Amino acid sequence: MPIRQQIFALIVGIAISIFIVEMVRRRKLREEYSWLWLITSLGIIILVIWYDLLVFITEMIGAALPTTTLFVFGLLFLLLIALHYSVKISSLTDQVRKLAQKIAILQSELDERKAESGEGRAESREGRAKS
Amino acid sequence: MKKQAIIIIPAYNEEKNIAGVINGIKNVIPNTDILVVNDGGEDRTEEIARELGARVISLSYNMGYGVALQTGFKFALKRGYEYAVQIDADGQHDPEDIPKLLDGVFNNKADVIIGSRFLGKGNYRAPFIRRVGMLFFAWLTSLIIGKKITDPTSGYQAINKRGLQFYAGDNYPVDFPDADVIIMLHRAGLKIKEIPVNMNPSIQKKSMHSGLKPVYYIFKMFLSILVTLLRKAEI
Repeated sequence: MPIRQQIFALIVGIAISIFIVEMVRRRKLREEYSWLWLITSLGIIILVIWYDLLVFITEMIGAALPTTTLFVFGLLFLLLIALHYSVKISSLTDQVRKLAQKIAILQSELDERKAESGEGRAESREGRAKS
Repeated sequence: MKKQAIIIIPAYNEEKNIAGVINGIKNVIPNTDILVVNDGGEDRTEEIARELGARVISLSYNMGYGVALQTGFKFALKRGYEYAVQIDADGQHDPEDIPKLLDGVFNNKADVIIGSRFLGKGNYRAPFIRRVGMLFFAWLTSLIIGKKITDPTSGYQAINKRGLQFYAGDNYPVDFPDADVIIMLHRAGLKIKEIPVNMNPSIQKKSMHSGLKPVYYIFKMFLSILVTLLRKAEI
């Protein structure tokens, strides 16, 4: 691997790592979601420094060029992230549904209570608002 | 007729039809509790329903037919109702059939009574493609549960407490509840029975006829039935 490529990849890997850690520190990114990204950036750094490993993996999966290996793993990683999000969104959708249902039911019960106990009070409040 | 039954009407922007449905129900069974679940609609559905003496539960945003329906079931369960009838707000279902449906659950003939438009001398004529899809899923459902089901798509049902518990639970598929629900019910050990009802064919389900919806519907139903079969029976 030419030295320029190596330096560039190393900078990218380190920059991503720092960026992710900083996001977690500022609580913009939850730890829960950061580990997949961190592993990737670590992977990049390791492969850059330890070029023989990249060559070894390339031979193992039968790819022609080390760059192919990088692309394959890059794609695979993005796929995993997307899947991870789909799973998360599914559970979030479920949670949102349950919340919406619960709020709607509670709201209707609250209205009922108000109508039962404080019709007079509601009227006087309306009257005051008008005047 | 025993009390403790609630009529659940999921509605999304049905200001034109809701009054007719509510009045129809009141004519048939005067002293019953009617619940309209307003699925985040923005028209006068809620107002009209309230004026006519129905109870209204309003969802904060439009979440779909199944979610609205399930909200009604959850409410019914919370309030200790023993029986519930689900009926569409668009006037497709004839309220005259409600006593017939309820009779089935009152007399313990089944946990879920489905009003079928194809059983008996119904006057329902669906467009060809839709009819083929319905027939196919009816056939598949019948095959899987080992009992003749003619109209698994019907949203006109009466259920007892056991049915309520299942419908209000986490396993109820809120995204297009349909033939898969019947298979789930069967696997959970609930008894299902169909009786003939009349449906008004002139009313089209807008959600089911636009764009790619039918394609998604068929795909979703296949997938849902498949994973239901792969799962262990659950309730």
